[in-house]
Amino acid sequence: MRFYRAHVLVCAGTNCSLKGSQAVRQRLLNELEEVGLADEVKVVETGCFGLCEQGPTVVVYPEGVLYCRVTPDDVPELVREHLLKGRRLERLLYREEAEKAVQTVPQVDFFRGQQRIVLRNCGVIDPESIEEYIAHGGYEALGKALTEMKPAEVVAELKASGLRGRGGAGFPTGLKWEFAAKTEGDVKYIVCNADEGEPGTFKDRLILEGDPHAVLEGMAIAGYAVGARKGYIYIRGEYALSIERLEEAIKQARKMNFLGDGIFGTGFAFDVEVRVGAGAYVCGEETALFESLEGRRGEPRLKPPYPTERGLFGKPTVINNVETLANVAPIILNGAKWYRGFGTEGSPGTKVFTLTGDIVNEGLIEVPMGITLREVVFGIGGGIPGGRAFKMAQTGGTSGGCLPAELLDVPMDYDELAKAGSALGSGALLIMDDTHCIVDIARVFARFFEHESCGKCVPCREGTMRIHDIMTRIATGRAGEKDLDNLEALARTMTTACLCPLGQAAPVPIMTTLKYFREEYDAHIKEKRCPTGTCRALAAPAATLAAGKGA
Amino acid sequence: MALVKLTIDGLPVEVEAGTTILRAAEKLGIHIPTLCYLEDMHEFGACRVCVVEVEGARTLQAACVTPVREGIVVRTNTPAVRRARRTTVELILSDHHTECPTCVRNLNCELQSLAESMGIRENRFAGARTDNPVDSSSAAIVRDPNKCVLCRRCVSICEKVQGVKAIGPVGRGFETVIGPAFGDRLGDTVCVNCGQCILVCPTGALHERDSTEEVWAALADPDRHVVFQTAPATRVALGETYGLPPGSIVTGKMVAAIRRLGADTVFDTDFAADLTIMEEGHELIQRLTKGGTLPMITSCSPGWIKFIEHFYPDLLPNLSTCKSPQQMFGAVIKTYYAEKVGLDPAKIYHVSVMPCTAKKFECRRPEMRDSGFADVDAALTTRELGRMLKEAGIVFDELPEEPYDDPLGESTGAAVIFGATGGVMEAALRTAYEVVTKKTLPRVEFEAVRGLEGVKEASVDLDGTEVRVAVAHGLANAKKVLDKVRAGEGDWHFIEIMACPGGCIGGGGQPIPTNLEVRQKRIEGIYTADERMTIRKSHENPSILALYKEFLGEPLGHKSHELLHTTYTPRGRYLPRREKAAD
Amino acid sequence: MAREHEGAVDLGRVDEIVARHKGREGALLPVLREVQDAVGYLPQEALERVALGLGLSLSQVYGVATFYSLLYTKPKGKYTVRVCESAPCHVQGAQEVVDTLVRELGISFGETTPDGLFTLEKVSCLGVCGVAPAVMIGDRVYGNLTPETVVAVLQEYR
Repeated sequence: MRFYRAHVLVCAGTNCSLKGSQAVRQRLLNELEEVGLADEVKVVETGCFGLCEQGPTVVVYPEGVLYCRVTPDDVPELVREHLLKGRRLERLLYREEAEKAVQTVPQVDFFRGQQRIVLRNCGVIDPESIEEYIAHGGYEALGKALTEMKPAEVVAELKASGLRGRGGAGFPTGLKWEFAAKTEGDVKYIVCNADEGEPGTFKDRLILEGDPHAVLEGMAIAGYAVGARKGYIYIRGEYALSIERLEEAIKQARKMNFLGDGIFGTGFAFDVEVRVGAGAYVCGEETALFESLEGRRGEPRLKPPYPTERGLFGKPTVINNVETLANVAPIILNGAKWYRGFGTEGSPGTKVFTLTGDIVNEGLIEVPMGITLREVVFGIGGGIPGGRAFKMAQTGGTSGGCLPAELLDVPMDYDELAKAGSALGSGALLIMDDTHCIVDIARVFARFFEHESCGKCVPCREGTMRIHDIMTRIATGRAGEKDLDNLEALARTMTTACLCPLGQAAPVPIMTTLKYFREEYDAHIKEKRCPTGTCRALAAPAATLAAGKGA
Repeated sequence: MALVKLTIDGLPVEVEAGTTILRAAEKLGIHIPTLCYLEDMHEFGACRVCVVEVEGARTLQAACVTPVREGIVVRTNTPAVRRARRTTVELILSDHHTECPTCVRNLNCELQSLAESMGIRENRFAGARTDNPVDSSSAAIVRDPNKCVLCRRCVSICEKVQGVKAIGPVGRGFETVIGPAFGDRLGDTVCVNCGQCILVCPTGALHERDSTEEVWAALADPDRHVVFQTAPATRVALGETYGLPPGSIVTGKMVAAIRRLGADTVFDTDFAADLTIMEEGHELIQRLTKGGTLPMITSCSPGWIKFIEHFYPDLLPNLSTCKSPQQMFGAVIKTYYAEKVGLDPAKIYHVSVMPCTAKKFECRRPEMRDSGFADVDAALTTRELGRMLKEAGIVFDELPEEPYDDPLGESTGAAVIFGATGGVMEAALRTAYEVVTKKTLPRVEFEAVRGLEGVKEASVDLDGTEVRVAVAHGLANAKKVLDKVRAGEGDWHFIEIMACPGGCIGGGGQPIPTNLEVRQKRIEGIYTADERMTIRKSHENPSILALYKEFLGEPLGHKSHELLHTTYTPRGRYLPRREKAAD
Repeated sequence: MAREHEGAVDLGRVDEIVARHKGREGALLPVLREVQDAVGYLPQEALERVALGLGLSLSQVYGVATFYSLLYTKPKGKYTVRVCESAPCHVQGAQEVVDTLVRELGISFGETTPDGLFTLEKVSCLGVCGVAPAVMIGDRVYGNLTPETVVAVLQEYR
């Protein structure tokens, strides 16, 4: 067994890869070879650290020093200074707003505020190495479940933990497993919903890229708990690297018999197959996903029957989100009581949030449920770039509500955000500063739903089109008061009468913007003016119509 | 079956478990409006018109597909429910080419009825509308996607009941269109023209290709001698156009009405049905005794013929070579009849009135010209005749009962039962029995082949020879039978296949609505008509015997083969390869 | 990714793909994706062959092929440039990237450049919002784009 004196972890998540982390890694390998350190220093590609804005990120252990914005040209200096001479390379250290150079990972506020359960291995292990996964406690939970627990006990543990579905709906996972376990049937399925399409959400991508085995282990435990022998991972077609990592991980898991027959020497058999989507947001809805898997158009089914009764191929099915599944092994290993130590009463545990938009630390974080929006945006998130003013935060992706500054102190869990008129959803957070136009962004929301509506039910197929029509008219100064009345009528109908959550959610973000930013709508409709100057069609009239008001 | 108690609009009701809220409400006399729902055929739950409030549920539920549960409290008419329903219907109207006064379904359109019963007075959501070309490529069926409400009933019926699957949803979201693959023209596809899709379409998005204009022109042309023939199934359905109950036998008035239109001669397709039995009965006997291809399968349903040509071309030799009654009649009218009354066949304009849309395709088949002319010039649906009669101002009720013209107006009970599934089989057996055994049938009725079961089987004893028969109606049922024939299983001698569920009385050209109950009533009418006939067997029809004596010679003779038998065209499942289509 | 000349679809290739997936439940989507990879898009002949091979109606196959954004029934350019137009990219300046692409390539969305090199498409969220605004060309994602950098990206493909 080889012992290295230092490990250099290079983030190879998609975001850093796009910024060139592969080249950094290659240069590291070359440089280490050149200075004769190849046998003493190991370079590890890891999954996402979460500091996407500051990528490519590199962490050197054992010190845990965090370097940001590393380019291949920085590598020779980095190797000589840090690895040969033991000196920190000041200029590449992570810098916080106050220009104070912070050195090690635990010192960084961004990481200090986090509680990485789901992301426990992301940024720590090489996702393509099952050995590293195992060394980090991987597959122990599966072993424990299979050899020390009965299926009903596994279900009970999940129930007790209070884990709720992390895809967006927040349905109690243990309860779902219990329904499926109780349904009679020889053939049952575990489906992992990796069709992450909610705009602003990329956590599942990075979890799968950074720690694919965590998901496999979660699925196997679920299979044991409910009596399923086969799992499918339905993953969107655009996630090429995730697919690759998953396929590789499955091969490795089979080789070491964590999948297949007689796992851990018991009678339990479980295997997983990856199926790839083809570009349809609606396939993230569970029954639409089943339709797609079955080779049909992704049009949602009527419920009842529910998936745990009749799901994929007509069999009892547990369908869980990637993040949900990544929580399973830690819960089994550490117990429900441990898990409940994090988060809130109604939403135990942690949540992975993806921060996008006008925020300093764009990227991925995992924090306990119940943290306030303010803490995320101005604490871990680093605040608004350029010192601009916070205007709005959309939580839960494009189908979530928009919250104004007055609501910054809302604690973020399923129930509190729902009470505030929004939704926790996928954990996507889109932050907007005061340079953006609310009407414009609402129009973008409307455009998204019109494009993604499957077309099956009337209120969604026609309603998303009409809402887009209305928002376009407002944004181009061609709307009247009646348009707002019609918007409200459409919203009321769609939220109650649409066949599936896509249509039911579609009007919500727009209606929250109308509620909290009515003045901007009024400006566009009554004065034909765009206060931020964003809406191009209104740019010219702004000066003339808004005489004295300023653009 | 367990019973479930629930409350709807404050009223208690008890129904069997599994009943939908929609049906439970009907029990209380509450009619929840629906659109895409079609009982027993299409339970899709997607139009969202039938939504109701179920206490405790997060969203409104579609009553047509939601089963009742013990103790639920349902409200069908709260302000929120009414508003949602109206908005939904308004949304449909906002994306519909509302040209009601000039639409073929004016006054008989489910969308119109909905809007009317809901008192919709405005269209708040005017905006972009789907704009697709009307497809009139098919001889029989016209598609107008701009009137489609995307209820998918047509897809359901084409796929599940007919097993043809010629159309389906294409695209996604607002752009979704129901049509053939590749945006192809319906006439170029495997569509068999059965018209079942028209029967279930709630609006004018699907309708038959109009032949009334050409018929009006012929009627007005003094130079033409217009001859009409009327199908068995038409006489028990035409009355519905005038509000009579389905199954009302209106033969006499129908004949009178057609004469009022200006027809010169009115004959009865039933005559030709008897003729078909003569030919086909003997053909069957020949195959049975001389070792011909068995099982023999009937060939009078043109939708069925196109189906076998596309999907089972290997079984074409099993088809009887007999033409359909409509086409046999055409050949006879433009030869025998023309000669008999001294008419120039070129001046005969021959119109059939059929319950069928596929007949429009059949009469245009290139091989149907054995008389030297198009044997049948136009095929009108029952619906089209109804429209013509109304346009002519004919008050149906007050017409006298008139008989058909001679010599091709005489027919038997065996002929009229052609209109019901199992009818051709029964008629053939009535004749085959007596021809083979040379004995009189103890009973003319063969109940085993009657009724609405999808596939019926029977065994008939022809004086020691067992003849095993099968009857299928609806093409998905036909498939079941054909797959067995292909596999060499199912040892039948003779099979009757009708493309349309119920047989011709359920044809794509019949008055709308044509549902299960209506089909049953029309079938009852058919068998009642049979009972009222003096002669019940085809081979006893004096006019038929005269035709053979004077003209044809004998069944399957040379003249018969020339005029009354046909050939078939194997067609691929998919369209011929085409050049790359320009974008 | 092998490309076929339009009008000359290698049906043997299609048959081989179908044969490999036959017997698998829900095989249609994986088959269509593979056939598209092999042929470049999903022409009529290929879809007919798939329908025949899998025992499905042409209506179902075409209905599926036209439902999904990543399946194409019309020929595309050599490279498909997919621009994300969802909210997070929009907030980070996607509109300018969109305008630049339209200007640079001289075509609208849904169209292909006359030289057959680029097809321009708008797509929903690609899941790389950390580096918004983003564009996907083939299987590769490009992030943090500006009007200048996106032009440079196009150059890589010219």
